[in-house]
Order: sequence, then structure tokens, then C-alpha cells
Amino acid sequence: MAKIKVLILRGPGTNCDVETAFGFELAGAQVDSAHINEIVRRGKALSEYQILTIPGGFTYGDDISAGKILANEVRLKLADEVQRFIAEGKLVLGICNGFQVMVKAGILPHLHDSSLHCLTLAPNDSGKFECRWVYLRVNGESPCIFTKGIRSMYLPVAHAEGKVVIQPEMRENLNVVLWYADETGDIEAGYPHNPNGSFGNIAGICDESGRVFALLPHPERHIQGIQHPRWTRDKLKGYGDGFQIFLNAVKWVEGI
Amino acid sequence: MLFRIEVFPKRSLPDLRGEALLRDIHDLGIVHVREVRVSDIYSLEGDLSPEELTGICLELLVDPVIQEYFCYAGWDSDTKEAEEKGAYSVEVAYNPGVMDPVEYSVIKGIVDLEITGVRSAKTSRKYVIKGELTQSDLQSICNKLLVNPVVQHVVKGQDIIELPRAAYRFGKITLDLANMNDDQLMELSRGGLGLDLAEMREIRRYFSTLGRNPTDVELETLAQTWSEHCVHKTFKGRIKFGDTTIDNLLRSTIMRATEELGKPWCLSVFRDNAGVIDFDGRYALCFKVETHNRPSALEPYGGASTGIGGVIRDPLGTGLGAKPILNTDVFCFGPPDFPYDKLPKGVLHPRRIFKGVRAGVADYGNRMGIPTVNGAILFDERYVGNPLVYCGTIGVLPKSMSQRGQQKPGDMVVLVGGRTGRDGIHGATFASVELTEESEKVSASSVQIGNPIAEKKLVDVLLQARDRGLYRRITDCGGGGLSSAVGEMAEETGVRVYLDRVPLKYAGLSYTEIWISESQERMVLAVPPTKVDELVELFASEDVEATVIGEFTDDRRLQLFFEGNLVCDLEMGFLHGGRPPVEREAVWEQPYHVEPDFLEPVDLRDDLLRILGSWNVCSKEWVIRQYDHEVQGGSVIKPLVGINNDGPSDAAVIKPLLDSEMGVIVSCGINPRFGDIDPYLMAASAIDEALRQIVAVGGNLKKVALLDNFSWGNPTKPDRLGALVRAAQACYDMAVAYGTPFISGKDSLYNEYEVEGKSICIPHTLLISAMAVMEDVSKAVSMDLKQVGDLIYIVGTTYNEMGGSHYYGLHGFVGNNVPEVDPGRGKRLMDALALATEQGLVEACHDCSEGGIGVAAAEMAFAGGLGMTIHLERVPLGEHITRNDFILFSESNTRFLLEVAPANRLVFEKTMEGIDFALVGEVTNGETLDVYGVDGRRVLSASLAELKEAWQKPLRW
Repeated sequence: MAKIKVLILRGPGTNCDVETAFGFELAGAQVDSAHINEIVRRGKALSEYQILTIPGGFTYGDDISAGKILANEVRLKLADEVQRFIAEGKLVLGICNGFQVMVKAGILPHLHDSSLHCLTLAPNDSGKFECRWVYLRVNGESPCIFTKGIRSMYLPVAHAEGKVVIQPEMRENLNVVLWYADETGDIEAGYPHNPNGSFGNIAGICDESGRVFALLPHPERHIQGIQHPRWTRDKLKGYGDGFQIFLNAVKWVEGI
Repeated sequence: MLFRIEVFPKRSLPDLRGEALLRDIHDLGIVHVREVRVSDIYSLEGDLSPEELTGICLELLVDPVIQEYFCYAGWDSDTKEAEEKGAYSVEVAYNPGVMDPVEYSVIKGIVDLEITGVRSAKTSRKYVIKGELTQSDLQSICNKLLVNPVVQHVVKGQDIIELPRAAYRFGKITLDLANMNDDQLMELSRGGLGLDLAEMREIRRYFSTLGRNPTDVELETLAQTWSEHCVHKTFKGRIKFGDTTIDNLLRSTIMRATEELGKPWCLSVFRDNAGVIDFDGRYALCFKVETHNRPSALEPYGGASTGIGGVIRDPLGTGLGAKPILNTDVFCFGPPDFPYDKLPKGVLHPRRIFKGVRAGVADYGNRMGIPTVNGAILFDERYVGNPLVYCGTIGVLPKSMSQRGQQKPGDMVVLVGGRTGRDGIHGATFASVELTEESEKVSASSVQIGNPIAEKKLVDVLLQARDRGLYRRITDCGGGGLSSAVGEMAEETGVRVYLDRVPLKYAGLSYTEIWISESQERMVLAVPPTKVDELVELFASEDVEATVIGEFTDDRRLQLFFEGNLVCDLEMGFLHGGRPPVEREAVWEQPYHVEPDFLEPVDLRDDLLRILGSWNVCSKEWVIRQYDHEVQGGSVIKPLVGINNDGPSDAAVIKPLLDSEMGVIVSCGINPRFGDIDPYLMAASAIDEALRQIVAVGGNLKKVALLDNFSWGNPTKPDRLGALVRAAQACYDMAVAYGTPFISGKDSLYNEYEVEGKSICIPHTLLISAMAVMEDVSKAVSMDLKQVGDLIYIVGTTYNEMGGSHYYGLHGFVGNNVPEVDPGRGKRLMDALALATEQGLVEACHDCSEGGIGVAAAEMAFAGGLGMTIHLERVPLGEHITRNDFILFSESNTRFLLEVAPANRLVFEKTMEGIDFALVGEVTNGETLDVYGVDGRRVLSASLAELKEAWQKPLRW
């Protein structure tokens, strides 16, 4: 069968595109990477792809606020394409800066205007950029396609603006996929286990369908066992915890 | 019409920046400040309807979930009444012409909203400080925390929003050198040329033979090209050292070692922007380390960010262009607890320099998506007025593209990347003179703020252009700007440049300013005429400017035109070969320091805790966590390792190609304390240390390349130069003996600080950076203890070499018996140890350096969360030593502490046959480090918790 096609959307300052592409390729997909201009100027069409990914980075330097300017470009210049893409039952993944872009573009927590300005990613409580590894607990109730069969993960975060802040009225119908936790799975462990002070220790969310997913930690930085910070202490594993996210996505599309 | 928008956190939420600033204010001893709130101000100049203004606020500048805002027309804020009494408001903005990337993003974001009425945007920051404080308190808060006059000012009344629009009116300037006497020549030189009398005379002679006077831009070009910064005239000149004369110190030491070693895997050394070695037969690695000391002293954030930005462009400008894969940083500062009242005039406090440099390097490196994986931070009072900031970058490129390109006559000169402004004018010549109290004033224009995203865009599109073969040669615009970049590129051919074609940030630059501007994020390409259109189109597709500014010729002349007027016409022969060689005197005599006389303490616990807690040894986690050291997904051995990911790794191991198991190891050696006794042994020790770290993480010496970065005092002073010669000779001896060639280097001289007529020289500081190729990263070893019951070995010989040690420093002494290096034995030892790690016989390995065996043991124990015993009477000694403190804290070179599983004992000992090593202890399940002395008595017992706390506390900021 033809390979699943993944589009990685780049902007000025995107910097996790190569390792993200590697994760999808290892999972058997064919990956194209395109600059936002190329999509806006119709050089490439979203419709040719089954999975859209907005990777990590500092798009436009995170000037004004993280992901804001790329979010506006997506919201104002690609609104129809993105809506159609999601309506057609395809997958969207946002990682770190991609998460910031998706909430500020109104793609998450829900794809309609009321979704805009109901949730944001604020500066970390520590006031610092935080590059550290975190334990994640997966919400078993979540419809998320990307995390099917995963109960916990160990992944690195690297961000300055990762604190999930939600308008009170929105807290009810939010689809939480990932919580920050400690090695025992306790999600109330506090800083630095929750590296940014996120409300409810939220690290990742998805839409009702489970096909649109965004997370702050970097699964693409734990594809191989040798990326684990303690592989020299523990047994060296072939694959890292993050790989399953990419594999799940590709397998799910192959399954339909 | 002017509109101002003030954005600040909702009152219901914490103001994190305000809280951080409040802590800093209290640190200044100003305790009556209760609260600080910080808001961002966007000043927009243009015509906007109320709806448009609201749109800009709500859809772009403000995050309504967490922020509120005021918005008003004109200068007069109506926010005053919003502030209760007893609140002081300070607004700080960048000086006109200082680049603030956010301003570009704001304009772009507004255009995306399809609002076209905004002509210019300026950002500023407002601090509202609440509490009882005097005017002098407020002054010192401004001076010490909020404002750096080099790039910022306090906004009072109306401020400049729009950059100068007045066009430059051309007028060719020539200088009447012919009729100048020596005094007048030197007066002219001091005006920013930085040339010495012999050089000025030679220029006068040259132009008299041409029968004309030079133009200002011709003089500037010669000054740039002949500056210490660009040609390293000291290293390449003639030095009288005692009764010997050294012709070209660089060639006769560092480069000579590389030539004699003749390693086939050295692909391009000392000729391109970075040194290049083979990686795996398909790919090559290149490495360059630069210093950015002066700018960082004056504006730490901007100086450091442009430092890292500049060194990233070196690999990018090497061969046909390399992808940057990792950064390294080494900083030398004054002590963070240096008293404010002892601070020399015009000098920023070390703590502020430290924080600013850290932020500058992190913000630039993180935004570039390059992991910062290795470095060091050292502290000494002599760095107070003259901090050192070393930035390094390794790049990977196809081996077939590893050689410097060569343009053909008729190829176009294409300038790509950022626009040109007045930034950094005279940066190169400024870097070649001593700092003074006045530097702050005279050199404001040579300090700038970097724009990492402009550079990231440049990297992304350049690598595509490279792979499409759209250019024949590339180089970076660094010190000296176009003058150096184009001038060097065209040496073998000749070039014509039309300066009026260079895209400018703002109007008003003269032809000379355009030519010597050091605006960041620019590269120069040599492009075949047939490829120009495709190249310009490719760059445009990612919003990067590419402009044809001239063409290469075959007349070996440098010709510059402005609006059709010839303003510069120099022969390449004179420009690059006409400089009179410098001749300098050098002397060296070993200083004598008081020999310590204090009794051996009965218990060594306190001494170990104090060494662990010293600024140089203590944990740098506060810095490391704010660098993205994971991006690109290649990190195998991270800067922090161990059961809690917080132990100090010896070196970093990176996997540059995601689908290959081959790795690159990067490490650094630096120890200025030894230089106070003997620069030769300082250099030898630095090289030994860098190599130790590579072997400690499981590497070997088969394919190791070295870089030298000398930060030194004024080379016209014979004693400084004598020390430099000693250090360079050690580089030759060690490189040859260890079989590790130098591939690149840089020197930063004149690191002296003039205060009240007296010159303070930095410690002679040689940074050795090392890069090693690793065949199989799964063989890597980390330094944290792994398993209870494992054996602890020491490999290497311990001598009574306490000179320059931290232990002596702790007791107020320097001493004289500085550690020596026996590279012959050292190489045999490291080869044997590499064989052991290769066979997987080593569970953990840590090199003994600062603080000797004591610090190495403590770090291994608390990193692994396991106890350890050490028996000093079993430590192999090179001479008779009875004192336990000397054995425990001696900093003798070429020593390692190892953990080996009992099952591997025999194989390991067989592998190490003929090497000085001993079984000195074991890993325990206790919570303590226990050290037993030569008489079997326990001389130290400390809990892992207290050891780790002592080590982590100082920089837990």
C-alpha cells in the first residue's frame, strides 16, 4: 500500500522538524517538510497529506508571545484548509511550539471560535526556560489516537512558556491526554515534576475526536533508547518512549 | 500619529518578571521595596482606526487569558491614576539604531492582520516599583539592574520612534597623509584605525608612490585587514625571546604540530572559517571557537548573543557550508559576590555580566535550535573588568563539500541575510586595544543585539542553496564586516563592489559605514551568473534577502563604487601582503610564590565541602537547564547525568546523524590558576584535561582534533608575550606527543583593564577545546556510580603537585609545584583505558581535575546516589607523600577514578598491565563517602546529602 504522507509545517524559527520527520519515517511514513509560505502560496496542498504536524521551535522568535505570529498566520491564511483537513478525519499533531501555535490559532481545545482565548500557555512559574526530563501519565479515558495503549512516558521538555492556563468555564469539557507526574505516576508531585506549573498538571490535550493532539514534551527526542538520560544505568532499550506516538498515528491512518 | 499599548499580567496572576526583579533589588540591599510590576509597551507610529487598534491589541499583542492592557494615543499615559501613591515608574527603551527583533515581528504581525497603516514600531519596558525608596535607591536600581546606557535609556517625555530617514549625501573623503608627520599619523590612527606608527608610515609611503592620498574607506579597509583581530600579527610576527628569534609563533608551534602529525583525516586546517576533519567517510565535522570579550563586558546580553551568533556562522561559512549541530560555551567572570563598592568605574557587576551573558547565549542558541552541550565557568577577581566569553560551534557537512570554494572571475558577489546598519562599527579594531573607563563611551557603536531568527532563516535556506549547488564559495560577515569578508574572498581574483546596492536598515549610512559595518546575520556568496536568479528566488521563498552587490574580477584589485564614484582602489598585493611585520620582545621568568606552611587538618570533611562549594567547582545546573541541550535529538551523554540527572558529566557525546551509531565527543580544558605559576604547564594541563574528559566518557585518542583559544594581556608588554610563547610551545609538545593535531584557533589579546592609570591584566587564559570521533556511541560511559559492591580503581600517578590547586587556594596560597604532564606515559595510559571502556569493562569513569581525588569521588558518589570508600594508602604515588590532604586534593594530571564490576576485575587488570593503577575502594550501600588515610585512620566521612548540597547551593539562583 502507498505510504502514509505526513506534512511537517515549518516557520521561521522551527527547529525540531528534522527529528520529528525521523520519528514518522521510522514509523513507516513518507514525510514532506514545508515552509508556511509554501502552503500559503499554494506551492503544496494540505489535502495531499493524512497527517499534519506542527513541530517544536521558536517560530518568529516567540516574539510577543510563544507561537503567536505563526498561530495568526494559520488562523488567518489557512483557516479553511485546516478545517477541511480535520473535517476529513485526518490527524493533527502539535509538539511544544506546535501546541502553543494550535491553541493560539483556535485549533485546540476545540475547533471553533469560542475555543480561541479560552486556554493559553503562559510563562513557566519558575520564570525560567526549563530543559529537563519529565514523567507523563496518560489519561486512559482519553479518546486520543496518538496515545492508544500507552500508560506512561518519560520525555524531555524544553520551553519557557508551557504553563496551561484555562478560563474556569472551559475546564469541564477539556480532553486531557497527558499529566505531568513523578516516577510513581503521582500527578500531584509538584515542581520540577510539573516543570511549568500547568493547571491540573496538564501536559497534553486533544479534541473530542482524539485525532487532533498537542503536547508540551518532545516525543521526537526520545525515539531511540540511547536518548534516555540514564541508559548507561538502566538497560539500553531499542526504542524510546516517544516512538509509540508516531507509530500509533501512522498505524491508525493505515487502518482506515 | 503615535499610539501606545501597555501590556501587563492580570492583577489576579503573579508578575514573574516583577518578582524576579524584586529579588534582585533586595539583593542590592534595598529592602523597603514591596512590589515590582513589569509591563511591555508597544509604541506604534502610523494611522489607525479605533477598530484597527483594538484588533492589534486583542488579536496580536495581548493574550486575554492572562494579560490586560492600556491603549492610548500620544505620549501621555492615562495609567498614572492606575498606580497608587508611593509607586515609582521607570520606562526603559533601546537607544535609536539598536536592533530589537521584536519590532520586526510586531510589524509583520500587524501586516498579517491586513492592517497597513503602521509605519514603525518600538518596544520598551515599564517598571512600576512600590515601596519607600529614596531617589538614590531608584538611581542605583536603574544603574545596577534596569538600564545599560550603552544600548538603553530611560524614556523621559517624548522618545524617538522612527529611525533616521535623512538620506546620505555623497561626498568623497580623502586624507592628506602626504603632509602628516608621525604625531598627526598616530592621532589619525587613534581616531578608530588602531594601527601602529610603522603601519601608518607604510601606508603613507604606499600612497605617495601612487602619487595620491588615500580615501577614508581605503584607510579603514587597511585598518580592518591589518588589525590584530583579523590577521593575528603577534602570532604571525617576529618575536625576540631571550637569545632566540621566533618567526611566526603560530607556524612554528601549533600549525607545525599538525603538519608533522600529517593525519589524513584532517581535511581542511587553518585555512577556512573552521577546521574540518573526516567523520565517517561520507560526512565531515568542523569546529570553531571564538571569543567575544569586549562587547560582553559592555553589554553582556548583546555581546554574548552576537558572540554565539558569530561563531555559528563560522561552520556555516566553512567549505560550502555546514549545519551547526552543537554549541559550547566557556565563561570567565569576576566572583558573583564581588563587593559593589570595590567595582571600578564604568564596569558592570560580575553577577549582572554573568546573568546577561547566560541569557544572551541561551536565547540565541535555543532559538537557533542548536543544543548547548558543553562548557565551563570560571571565576577570578582579575576578570571583573575584563570578562571572557568563549563560544564554539561544531557543524556537520558532506565530505565532498568540505573544501573552501573558489570563485571564478565574473561570479557575482551576493550578500544574504540581515540588513546593514551602523552596528558594530570598528568592532575589529576595538578588539585590538586595551579597555579603559572610557570604553563604555567610545565603543557604544561596537555593541549590538543579535537576531537569532534572522540567522535561523539564513541557515535553513542556505543549506538548501548549498545542496542545489547554487554558489561556488561562501564566507561569513564577522569582524570587519564586508571589508574583511569580501576583501579576503577576493584576494586571489579581485572584486568590484557597488556599495549603494547594499540593503540598509535605515537611511543615512556613508559608503564607509556600509563597508565596515558589522551588522549581524549576514553571509557573502560567490554565485555564477547563471545561478543568480534561482538563488534569489529560493531565498525570497523563505523571506530572506539576497542581493547582488558586485562581481569578482581577475585584476587583483579591490574597487569600491558608490553611486558610480570610485571610492576605493587598492591592490590585493598591498592589502594582504603590504603590512610591515611586527617585531616584539618577549621575556619569561618563573614567578616565586610563598610556599604554604599549615598543618594537615585532622579531618578533611570541611575542606572537601568548601572546595565543592567554591564558585569554580560548584554545580552549574542553573545555567545548563536554561540551555536546550536536547534539541536535534542527538544527545547520548548529556551535560547532567546520574540517578537524578544532576551529576557533572566529563564531556558530551552527540549522535550527529540520527540513523548512524557514530558519535562526536566534545570537551574542554582550561586552568588559568596554573598559569600564575607556569603558562607552559597551564597549557599542557589544559590539553591533558580535554583529552582526559574524552577518554572518561568512553572515547579514545585515535581521531581527536584540538582548538586553541588564547585570551591574553597586552602582547607589547614582554612578560605577557613571554608567557604566550611558553604556552604555545606546550601546545606543540603535547599535540605531537598525544597525536592530536590542532585544526583551528583564535587569539584575543590586549585583555587588560586600565583603572586609575594602573593596568589590570587577566590571568593568562588558554582554552583547549577537543572534538573526538566515536565509532559506537553505545560504548559511552557516564561518571555516576552504578552498583553496590563494585570496585573503585584509580588510574594514574599522584604527585605532590599542589601548586595552583583549589586546596591551596582555599588556604590562601598559590604555591609553586604546579602539576606537570608526561605525555608519553599519558598516552599509553589513555590508550589502555580506552581499550577497557571499549570492552565494556568500566561502569563509571570520572577524571581527577579541580579538587583532585576528593572532588571526583564525591561527585561520582552523589551523582549515583551510592556510598564509596577510598583508601589513600593504596593510591600510587610518584614521590613520597605523607600528608593525606595532599594525596586527596593534589591536582596531578592524567588520572581517573573508575568503577569496575568484580566480575571484570581480572580482565580489567590485565588490560591495564604496565599502567600505574590501583584498587582503592568500593561502592557501598551506605549514604556516605568515607576516606581512610595513609595510616588507616578515617580522615573524612561525609553524607551524600551534605556533599551534594554544598555543591549545588552556590548557584541555586
